[in-house]
Amino acid sequence: MKLSFMLQRAPYHYGNLVVYKTFFIILFVVLVISTVFVFTIYFSGLSKNQVVHFSKISLNIAKAPVIEVKTSSVSKTRNANCTHWDCFDIYKCGHTGHERISVYVYPIKKYVDSDRTPATLTFSKEYFELIKTVVNSKYYTTNPKEACIFIPSIDTLNQETINTNITSFALRMLPFWNNGSNHIIFNMLGGSTSEMSTVIDLDIENAIIAAANFDTYSYRRNFDIAIPLFSPVAKLAVRNDLFMERNWYITSSQLGIDPYYLDELQKLSYQQNNMFLLLDACQNHNYTSRCEINSGKFYLYPQILRESTFCLIFRGEHIGQFTLLEAMAANCIPVIVMNSVIMPFDSVIDWKRAAVFIMEDYLNTLVNVLQKISAKRRDKMRQSIKFYYDSYLSSMGKIALTTLDILQDRIYPHWCKMYDDWNLSSSERKKNPLFMPHTAPKSHGFTAVILTYDRVESLFTLIRRISKVPSLMKILVVWNNQKKNPPPLSDFPKVQKPVKIIRTRHNKLSNRFVPYKEIETEAILHIDDDIVMLTADELEFAYEVWREFPDRIVGFPSRIHTWDNNTQSWKYESEWTNEISMVLTGAAFLHKYWSYMYTKILTPEIKDWVDENMNCEDIAMNFLVANITNQPPIKVTPRKKFKCPECTNNEMLSADMGHMIERSQCVDRFAKIFGTMPLQSVEFRADPVLFKDPFPEKLKRFNDIGSL
Amino acid sequence: MQAKKRYLLLVFVSCAFLAYCYFGGYRLKSNYAYIEEELFSFVDLNSLQGLTGSVGAARLKGRINSNSGEMCRMETCFDFSRCLGSFKVFVYTPDDSTSPSGSYQKLLNVITESRYYTSDPKEACLFVLSMDTLDRDRLSPDYARNLQTRLHRLPHWNNGLNHVIFNLYSGTWPNYTEQNLDFDYGLAILAKASMSQRHVRAGFDVSFPLFHKGHAEKGGEPGSVVSNTFPLQKSYLLAFKGKRYVHGIGSDTRNSLHHLHNGQDMIMVTTCRHGKSWRDMQDERCDQDNKDYDKYDYNILLHNSTFCLVPRGRRLGSYRFLEVLQAGCIPVLLSNGWALPFAEVIDWNQAVIWADERLLLQVPSIVRSVTPDRILKLRQQSQTIWERYFSSIEKIIYTTLEIIRERLPEQPIRDGSTWNTLPGALLTLPTFSDVQEDFPSPRTVEDAFTAVIYCQMGSTPTPLSSLHRLVTNVVKSRYISGVVIVWASEKRTPSRSRWPVLPSNISFHIVQTSADESISQRFRPLAEIKTSAVLSLDEDTVLTTDEIDFAFVVWQRFPDRIVGYPARSHYWDDSKATWGYTSKWTNDYSIVLTGAAFYHKYYNVLYTEWLSPLLHKTVEQSQNCEDILMNFLVSHITRRPPIKVTQRKQYKDQPISGGRSPWNDPDHFVQRQTCLNTFAAVFGYMPLLRSNLRLDPVLFKDPVSNKRKKYRRIELVGS
Repeated sequence: MKLSFMLQRAPYHYGNLVVYKTFFIILFVVLVISTVFVFTIYFSGLSKNQVVHFSKISLNIAKAPVIEVKTSSVSKTRNANCTHWDCFDIYKCGHTGHERISVYVYPIKKYVDSDRTPATLTFSKEYFELIKTVVNSKYYTTNPKEACIFIPSIDTLNQETINTNITSFALRMLPFWNNGSNHIIFNMLGGSTSEMSTVIDLDIENAIIAAANFDTYSYRRNFDIAIPLFSPVAKLAVRNDLFMERNWYITSSQLGIDPYYLDELQKLSYQQNNMFLLLDACQNHNYTSRCEINSGKFYLYPQILRESTFCLIFRGEHIGQFTLLEAMAANCIPVIVMNSVIMPFDSVIDWKRAAVFIMEDYLNTLVNVLQKISAKRRDKMRQSIKFYYDSYLSSMGKIALTTLDILQDRIYPHWCKMYDDWNLSSSERKKNPLFMPHTAPKSHGFTAVILTYDRVESLFTLIRRISKVPSLMKILVVWNNQKKNPPPLSDFPKVQKPVKIIRTRHNKLSNRFVPYKEIETEAILHIDDDIVMLTADELEFAYEVWREFPDRIVGFPSRIHTWDNNTQSWKYESEWTNEISMVLTGAAFLHKYWSYMYTKILTPEIKDWVDENMNCEDIAMNFLVANITNQPPIKVTPRKKFKCPECTNNEMLSADMGHMIERSQCVDRFAKIFGTMPLQSVEFRADPVLFKDPFPEKLKRFNDIGSL
Repeated sequence: MQAKKRYLLLVFVSCAFLAYCYFGGYRLKSNYAYIEEELFSFVDLNSLQGLTGSVGAARLKGRINSNSGEMCRMETCFDFSRCLGSFKVFVYTPDDSTSPSGSYQKLLNVITESRYYTSDPKEACLFVLSMDTLDRDRLSPDYARNLQTRLHRLPHWNNGLNHVIFNLYSGTWPNYTEQNLDFDYGLAILAKASMSQRHVRAGFDVSFPLFHKGHAEKGGEPGSVVSNTFPLQKSYLLAFKGKRYVHGIGSDTRNSLHHLHNGQDMIMVTTCRHGKSWRDMQDERCDQDNKDYDKYDYNILLHNSTFCLVPRGRRLGSYRFLEVLQAGCIPVLLSNGWALPFAEVIDWNQAVIWADERLLLQVPSIVRSVTPDRILKLRQQSQTIWERYFSSIEKIIYTTLEIIRERLPEQPIRDGSTWNTLPGALLTLPTFSDVQEDFPSPRTVEDAFTAVIYCQMGSTPTPLSSLHRLVTNVVKSRYISGVVIVWASEKRTPSRSRWPVLPSNISFHIVQTSADESISQRFRPLAEIKTSAVLSLDEDTVLTTDEIDFAFVVWQRFPDRIVGYPARSHYWDDSKATWGYTSKWTNDYSIVLTGAAFYHKYYNVLYTEWLSPLLHKTVEQSQNCEDILMNFLVSHITRRPPIKVTQRKQYKDQPISGGRSPWNDPDHFVQRQTCLNTFAAVFGYMPLLRSNLRLDPVLFKDPVSNKRKKYRRIELVGS
């Protein structure tokens, strides 16, 4: 601002140039000095900075410092009895104030022993991606003092590329090691093939292992985390069209499977022609090529898995097999032939949804078992496989994050995700929140909520009428007029039921759906102040119906939506039709939960529109409930006329036309916002059991049911 | 001028450079993106060879064959060859020396009355001891002695192979060692309460619930939550009332509970006043604690609290857990390492809150942070789990057996969704279908039905007969896909030409059964029924096409219920203390007669294959009540009443499904009343539920032009 002001004036005072010159030179000098300063800090104080300001660790592997490890013969082994409750130091968590685990990653360093033998031969691409994901995740912390989980930057993915002895000591040298508690060691290929062990042979004491090689003997439930064996080539097999024909029924593609299995498979394939594709390595071995066992026919791998319905995965030297992810990427249903296996993320993923399990000794039942699986089930499994693969397994980053998500849930279990959150895709996850099957107790009664502006006369009539309904507990008048005070309570009609008045701040239609704490019942009767024709029997009966369907909108005025082919849009109709899909909240019973949902969950796009236009809040409510429950509302009794009889017809007609157009626009707009039309239409209404039956009226429980 | 421009340019350039440095341009220097490309994968796939070992080495690797039982897995300690094809359970005949405890006797009764039971040890897959192993605490009165020697006398013991041992208490004072059952159970599967996660042998043992002596054998108490008040407002947020042990194992947690007590919304009251010599062991808090303890009533706390604390006692589990679950109080678990009952199949995260004994003082803040939405979910789910798997010993045993069955080769399985959503796995037969969509649920989509007409009287379908008219009306329906006649009369089946002519797209089958078979055969799951919807009819039912069409569109919205026309009601007769049955016109109903009703074909399967043989026998003996039993079954599964739709009025108000037994015959009613009571006894409770409403077409009897109405013929009065 100031600068431009000076620049404008400059031409008129040529003599001042010198002054400006000095000014710019000084400015320039200042800038240069500050630049130099910044650079000095940046280059000289990098390591210092990390400790003081806790900056993100450097991911520059080439420049990792070299650290010498002192090894000795003293070794501590893995604590096989660890549980979350004794080996995990819970007190380290929760220092951040928010209920989220914080993960510290050690700076990348190269560890060598006194002979300059490195602890790990390489730093793999996969481990790098894992570290990178963690550092960029919401869980990452730069401050080891507030960290709850620690991840060493020593690549332990493949046991064959590390010197277990030096690595063990390198781990022990870590500044916050503390017997390994709260540390996670990631491992893909571990355990020595000669011995029985299936765990990485590091002396990790109390650390958590996230490994791909667990069986039920080595896995410490609720402590370790089973991860999948990541296959770098799996992405080549990815297949997105789930339901295309596949040429092969069962494929075995694992390299060098146990001859026992091969024998069984050969036997089965003789019985069942053309069902089996048995592959193994070709003469010129290359992982991405496979040859048919008998004919030697060449196939590209893992792409060939896309052509098969089921893919066999056998126990090999390791429990974790690359084939699992390759098959899942290809959307081939894995058939797991491994006893005592711990499947990846087994604490959260329900593998029964995505895989078939066959016991090793019962491989001969394979064809029987698979043929019993219905086509529908196979489609379901394919969807699950795709969901699991895409959300948890497809990359090292996803694997790392899923591991941390599991730890998060373990440490803060009261926030944890539930079965549906982990296992169902978002489209399947829709579950009625009021799912308990029950008839609401009669004794609880209902609260009437009347939204009113200034029609005091009509309001009083209404209060007098509904106060006669036996199950009514309380009347809540929502006074939506800020310019005028409501009449004093003493002016209200004297009725048996308590009456409360709530004054609102703004004249909004949404005010009728606020879950006021004065509403103590489950059921709310939403009623307009001009609906005075409903009898006590009608209202009581409607309440009875609501009790049987407490999750639905139960009420009197019904409407229908239809698709208009000419305008290609949804239309709203109030004609007397054989179908209904909405029950307007001018006179309807709703669970209080829906008021809460309307206020808290309904998209602001709709809520704001309703409040601005002072219309369609009832349509919005119908959309909301139908979208969540997938159920239509219920209309009770024949009652259909709700307008005042004295109003003249001509005026109403034109007003009606405009009204209908606006309402149609609402339906259309809401359908677009929801992305679907959630409303469902039905052809029935609810009447009392003996309605219109030739039976003495006085023996009927509800005999004062009005006609129209 | 020129100079100024130059300076200006200089200033801008340096500013831009500074900004570049400041906003992270320097990061390009540490270009790790470039480095990442150069990194190698953690494994060289081309070097992989597969197996190097000898034949069978991989397969046998990790397989630990040991007779100690400590490392047992299904593959190593179970003989599957006994279970191929069927899954049967054998119970040893009791030896006379001692009688088992009440609970164990109930458990044995449940098994012997179930469909799992076999009396032939040769066809048994599982063996259950007749000796009581529930209480293995030496100090307990129910402790069975000499178990070891008695075990070895058993003819099929075989070191416990294929045996299940049920246990509620193990170990004894002072250590309460979990694995100490005081006998060697060999290779047997343990179904044991209060297990810790560390000691459950994965996929072998079954963690079992701890239940009271008074736990119902069948039926069981329903959950006490009757409403979904939102947001839940209870007098207390978190409550606990119970004993505490001053010293010894498991005492720490309960001893420090008093820190959470605030006398307002957190009620934590404990007492040390239990056992004979509590005075000797008491600490300085005991007197104050006892005073507070007496101020509150256990049951009132349970039912008026949102959350209930379930801390460990001497052992990890406690009775409290099931009590709390039943009361609809959300359990807050303080029992580190406890393997919750049936955790193999039940997702407890949906019903409980886990707290950590180490973080006792954080419990209040944890509980306060749970959202009303989550509370709603947790509470409903805790009720669901209680009612479906825990409310009776029958359900507990069936769940245990089903868990073991699903581990066996070639047995159909159910995934977690089925176990954790209504109606639950015990009522979802995996032999019927392996996808949830095939089972009745509000999501079922079906646009056609099959009419099953049960002909018992054997009247020939002459053109004027009611049977002929019924078939004619049924096939005129827009939604019909097939007609199946179940011919249960001695008379010869009428030839094809006698029946009305059917359009070619409608299948027609006659299924011949003999007349002396049970009346239950009308519900046989016939292969001829291709649709999910079944319209069950008696031969003398009078229905118009409009009525059928309307009822079907109603059923499409309620595929899990029975939707039909004539309804009946049950009531509790207080003077006789029995259930009564009435066919009088009432303002409500609980039974819809299956002489004219739509229901899901899965219920045929359940009726035939799942119901207890005792129930079938009752129906067979009376040749009556099959419709009541069907209503029992469906209400038991859905916990909802059936649905009555409107029906055309008749001139003579004749009963619709009379005929086979004269309607005015008093015996008929007595019989049905007896059935009602027998069924309620076998089910263990009265599953029927009442409804107050009838569903009519939207414009039913409205004073508008008949032409507007879709189902206008329903309003006409029939003859």
